[in-house]
Amino acid sequence: MRKSLTLHLGLIALLFALQFIAPAYHHGNLARIMVMASFAMGYNIMFGYTGLLSLGHAMFFAVGMYGMGLSATQLGLSIGPAFGVGILSALICSLIVGLLALRTIGVAFMIVTLMFSQTIFLTILYFGGITRGDEGFVIKQSTRQIFGLDLSDATTRYFAALLLFSLVLLGILWLVKSPTGRVLIAIRENEERAKMLGYDVWRHKLAAVVMSGTVSGAAGAAYGVLFGYVGASFSQVPYSIFPLLWVLLGGAGTVIGPFVGTLFMFYLIDLSSTVTDAYMLVVGVILVLLTMFARNGLMGIVRERWAKWLP
Amino acid sequence: MEFGPHLMLAMLEGLVQASVLTLTALGLSLVFGVMRVVNVAHGEFYMLGAVLAWWITSLLGGSALIEFTAALILAPLLVGLLAGLADWLILRRVDYDPERTIVATIGLLYIIQQVTLMTYGPDARPVAPPFNTRLALPWFEFGENGFALYWPWGLSTTSYKLFVILAAILTLIGVWLLMAKTKIGLILRATQLDSETAQAFGIPVERIYALVFGMGAALAALGAVLVVPIQQAHYLMGADPLLLSFIVVIIGGLGSLRGTVVAAILIGMSDGIISVFFTPTLAKMLATLLVAMVLVYRPQGLFGAKPA
Repeated sequence: MRKSLTLHLGLIALLFALQFIAPAYHHGNLARIMVMASFAMGYNIMFGYTGLLSLGHAMFFAVGMYGMGLSATQLGLSIGPAFGVGILSALICSLIVGLLALRTIGVAFMIVTLMFSQTIFLTILYFGGITRGDEGFVIKQSTRQIFGLDLSDATTRYFAALLLFSLVLLGILWLVKSPTGRVLIAIRENEERAKMLGYDVWRHKLAAVVMSGTVSGAAGAAYGVLFGYVGASFSQVPYSIFPLLWVLLGGAGTVIGPFVGTLFMFYLIDLSSTVTDAYMLVVGVILVLLTMFARNGLMGIVRERWAKWLP
Repeated sequence: MEFGPHLMLAMLEGLVQASVLTLTALGLSLVFGVMRVVNVAHGEFYMLGAVLAWWITSLLGGSALIEFTAALILAPLLVGLLAGLADWLILRRVDYDPERTIVATIGLLYIIQQVTLMTYGPDARPVAPPFNTRLALPWFEFGENGFALYWPWGLSTTSYKLFVILAAILTLIGVWLLMAKTKIGLILRATQLDSETAQAFGIPVERIYALVFGMGAALAALGAVLVVPIQQAHYLMGADPLLLSFIVVIIGGLGSLRGTVVAAILIGMSDGIISVFFTPTLAKMLATLLVAMVLVYRPQGLFGAKPA
């Protein structure tokens, strides 16, 4: 327990220190990576810990983002309450999706989540009058203020991203050590057995979907707040694939894995985009290689070889 | 145009759509039925068929008819070989595990799509139809002189569109004969029913899987070659057929070939008709939601038998 606490608090401390020394370009990247890693960690609750593969997490990200964005621009809420509306929308959305989608299992579950996500994307396009469709809309700098802090300022943005990241990281660390988290892992390992031991499997799965969707929605809302843009592209298929990729690469079912995967992938795409426009090719190749040769991802390998205690 | 002729036109367009969709969805259904895996890269094999058709027709000189016939035979063959190879190199190595196969085929999707973008480029390119005679169609009315036929302006189709429908029907019959009447069909059905027992009886299951995966992709490519003189070849054209094929395969019942054909005609037709009269976004939105609900409440599909 002490080892893992040291590791995760150490990571947060390291990121805190980087704020002061990282060059401006990487400083901006890191803020983005921390928000996206929160998205991936949310995804990991379902995929890594409960064994539910969703192909539609873009919908939670987008619902959080639009819940925040629309309530700020259309209803004129200030950014704090708007952020709350974003999280609440994601919570309601994940509850509905969970209630419906969990009636299916396996391949059907994946396709149902994909379809729901596609429905959300088309809904955003259909109400283009309010959502501005593909084009999206900008959240003005004057609205992105909280407690007298300007969230569009690079330093404040970094700390806000770090705050979200730390909360999610420690929250998930706590979750996987808690009895509920243990039951989720038991469901992943052997659902029938968990059922036989008297656990309410369905209720735990639903809880996992709601937690996962809400965290992803919070990341979406935060992305909109910190980077000032809300757009339909965030609800499209690639944004459902990215968290899967990040989690697989970093190591599914590890607390720190999603961050490692996001960091790696971000810089890999960054590097490859200097060579070619077709950067999604890198995504494809890595996905294939991962499924073939490294099922457990980077942190999974670390756990197997060196650190059995890694949560 | 009046409502009657307009509806007739919409139905004809819908039938062409349905023909292509039937072939594409049949490929997906075949792969799912026999191998029990979902091929997310299916839409990209479709796209590859269209792009290869453009390539073949532009490389070959000669009349449009010869060029197109060459594309019709070569493009599905090449795509089928490529898919078989992908199966042998990738899917076989992940033991056809359903989840890992989905992730691997998502990877394959981006690889095919992006390599096409890098080589073929972002442009949409047309392929000349081998023949394209405009056929005016009659409509009837009950006027003062009783029943009469007339030719309303705009109500027409082309010989090529009729050929697409015919080609789809012939392919369907071909697939049915293959599955029902030949030895290879028998082996495929045996593998579908119980792959372990089939293996015990000396059927080389892995090679059968590669064959089926290749056949599935070839069917998608064939659909794309047929459609490319009507639409154009573009590196992103695989997304819609993939989604529609998913819808068809789900509505028809996962793995049921007969259900797939019925559902493809139903959905292709209604998609064609609805997008003529309503906005396509709303139509797609409702269709997607409806299908998700079918999966949730009737996972065996509308036509599939209830699992025992």
